[in-house]
Amino acid sequence: MSDILIELRNIEKRFAGVRALDGVSLAIRRGQIHCLAGENGSGKSTIIKIMSGVYGPDAGEIVVDGVPVARLDPITAIRHGIEVIYQDFSLFGNLTVAENLALGHELREKRRLVDWRAVHALARRAIDRLGVDIDIEADLETLPTSGKQLVAIARALMSDPRLLIMDEPTTALTRREVETLFHVVREIQRQGIAVLFVSHKMREMLEISEWLTVIRNGCKVAEGETGGFDEASITRHMTGQDIAGEPYCWRPATDDRPPRLEVRGLVLPGGAGGNDLRLEAGEIVGLAGLLGSGRTELALALFGMAPGHGGQVLIDGVPARLSSVQEAIARGIAYVPEDRLTEGLFLAQSIERNILAAAYDRVTRGLVLDRTRARALAAETVAAMQIATPSLDKPVGQLSGGNAQRVVIGRWLLTDAKVLVLNGPTVGVDVGSKAEIHRKLRDLAQTRGLAVLMISDDLPELAQNCNRILLMHRGRLVGEVAGGKASEEAVSDMLRQFS
Amino acid sequence: MRIFYRSETVIAAVLLLAMILIGLVNPAFWQLDNLFGLVRSNVVIGIMALGVLMVLISGGIDVSFPAFAVAAMYLTIRAMVALGYEGVLLPFVMATLIGLALGAVNAVFVHYVRVIPLIVTLGTGAMVRGFLLGMVGASQINIDRMPKPLITFARSELVGIQNGDGTHYGLTAMVVLYGALALAVHLVLRHTLVGRSIYALGGDREAARRVGFDLRWTTFFVYGAAGALAGFAGLLHSGMIWLANPRDFAGLELDVIAAVVLGGASIFGGRGSVLGTLFGVFMLVMVNNSLIIMKIDTTWQRVAVGAIVIIATATTAWRDRKRRI
Repeated sequence: MSDILIELRNIEKRFAGVRALDGVSLAIRRGQIHCLAGENGSGKSTIIKIMSGVYGPDAGEIVVDGVPVARLDPITAIRHGIEVIYQDFSLFGNLTVAENLALGHELREKRRLVDWRAVHALARRAIDRLGVDIDIEADLETLPTSGKQLVAIARALMSDPRLLIMDEPTTALTRREVETLFHVVREIQRQGIAVLFVSHKMREMLEISEWLTVIRNGCKVAEGETGGFDEASITRHMTGQDIAGEPYCWRPATDDRPPRLEVRGLVLPGGAGGNDLRLEAGEIVGLAGLLGSGRTELALALFGMAPGHGGQVLIDGVPARLSSVQEAIARGIAYVPEDRLTEGLFLAQSIERNILAAAYDRVTRGLVLDRTRARALAAETVAAMQIATPSLDKPVGQLSGGNAQRVVIGRWLLTDAKVLVLNGPTVGVDVGSKAEIHRKLRDLAQTRGLAVLMISDDLPELAQNCNRILLMHRGRLVGEVAGGKASEEAVSDMLRQFS
Repeated sequence: MRIFYRSETVIAAVLLLAMILIGLVNPAFWQLDNLFGLVRSNVVIGIMALGVLMVLISGGIDVSFPAFAVAAMYLTIRAMVALGYEGVLLPFVMATLIGLALGAVNAVFVHYVRVIPLIVTLGTGAMVRGFLLGMVGASQINIDRMPKPLITFARSELVGIQNGDGTHYGLTAMVVLYGALALAVHLVLRHTLVGRSIYALGGDREAARRVGFDLRWTTFFVYGAAGALAGFAGLLHSGMIWLANPRDFAGLELDVIAAVVLGGASIFGGRGSVLGTLFGVFMLVMVNNSLIIMKIDTTWQRVAVGAIVIIATATTAWRDRKRRI
């Protein structure tokens, strides 16, 4: 028996005439950690769906254990030992961890009555197999995303798969949670199970995988042992271009204007003592810290969503009372939230409406909306942010991650923002778009004199784009590092001390 | 320690506190005849609430059950009167089946046509009431024509006490039926897969489908059971008040939904328990009843019920929001 578990040979797939996959071949060996890299829209999810039997290929062959499979539907795929963990996990928040784990098993056994003792025993075993500590009696929704993910993995392992496909598993995780996940993935591999890790985060792929396949526009463009790749080469394969890596350079203004934003003695929940912070015009300042360190709380306090923590905030040297979102916007603070899908966008609404959401006062005359002006402003923003869309009326929900994020950022161009606070600016955005968003942010900082505060888990992102990086721990700003290549190591060392 | 965070514990504590307060204002509250009366008033609303509980957990809502209850009750009693039937068991089976069939109609629209449950049940409820009054009759059947065995059955007591002044009061045996049904629903929800599928459906419809539940069966079960329990309760109600009024139960949906939500069920689905519902029903009935003994005008009862709905929903919504974070 060969050691290849599943092989795709020259797979082609079209959707409504558009070619999604164009002769892709891919082989996964038993017990291999295999990374499938590609930007959003490159065909990664189509490959997952073909392997799990959701779609049938238009041409090409699927070979499992050396035997060509005529037709792979979801049930045969599971029977061949292929399990997929999708990004949304498909779990029940209102049920306990134990029940989430055991439901599928009970249904397969066609039980009518619930044997709670068996449910708990089964769940216990599934969790122990991962070697993690999760309270199986807890309601699932009380767990953090990383916990839910571990439950999803544990559940997938219960049917004794031979290949576990994980779709963008690290998107919502902090660095430390990613490490736990990798530990679990290696544990799974030790049990002889192959893992297909679908991602667009280069450092993670390099860290975890043994074999790498890169696809772009539905074609395989590179493959090989992971050791033969580095970040630059993967990026080049994924985007088809070199992405320049110039660190951000900021020159202080010669005149002595007051700083754009000055914070004195701001106390954050759970933090002992106040925080001082100064952002000058044109600065891009990073804010690093573990989840729960208070970084989001700082952002929310600045945006008027968590007022009343004491301290003083000055904008352009003028004291500001930021006790509501309206006041914060009026004083020139702009916020791009962590989860743009639920907090930042009206998904079903058009691009135009989303862009104008915070600036309707600019396009109203008296009580009446000036439609022509509204449209013109929206069009201007779309052009300025280089949002790829055929029409202003397209619902934002249909845009890719990168374009959707540009809508959120572009919205603030219309409010005369002075301080832009970004929480995870490029989470779920592919490499190419990411670079363009970064370029745009630098451009905004320099030409408009915006002060940018960038909160991120992505340390390379901070090192690359910030002129300095602040560290937060337990509600306090505890350190500062100058930006640039060297800062990444320094920040990650400091973070490690706190964890 | 988990028990202190459970909704049931909180409701039980609130209930106890309310009882102590009401007892302080009016010591007559603690007299046995008042307590027996309270329990008696729990039975019909409580049985209906068990059905509504299942619908709410599944993520739906039902406002048609009072209409179904009236239809089942009135049709059955008209049939008994017309045939001169003297039994008890068969009429209850008939009323239950009428409710079940009507509930299944709700399920058809909810499952196949994908109309939102509030609209479906508003519509079916209005139609059933209209058909009943227009085609079957609008006249009330009073004690003189009511089937005697039904009244005798509903009068049976567990405990009967003779007061010094010759008045009699007792604890209705119907509470046993209520308890048995509550236990049955509890066992279904907690210990059968169809019961767990109700929670799963209310938690995440798509995930429930993916894990392999037959959601059609779940939907029919839930709405069918709500109808069946309402039909059963409707007939029981007429036996307990000795008359059959085809216009009865108007506005009762609000009271029952209020009681269920007060009992900790989430209006968004996925959460709720029989024990909590029993407490919620008791609380609601007690508030209504206490307004009467405190000699407050009955119109204020509606204000109280409305306020309970809003407060209970707001509290559970706040709880659910907190959990999601």
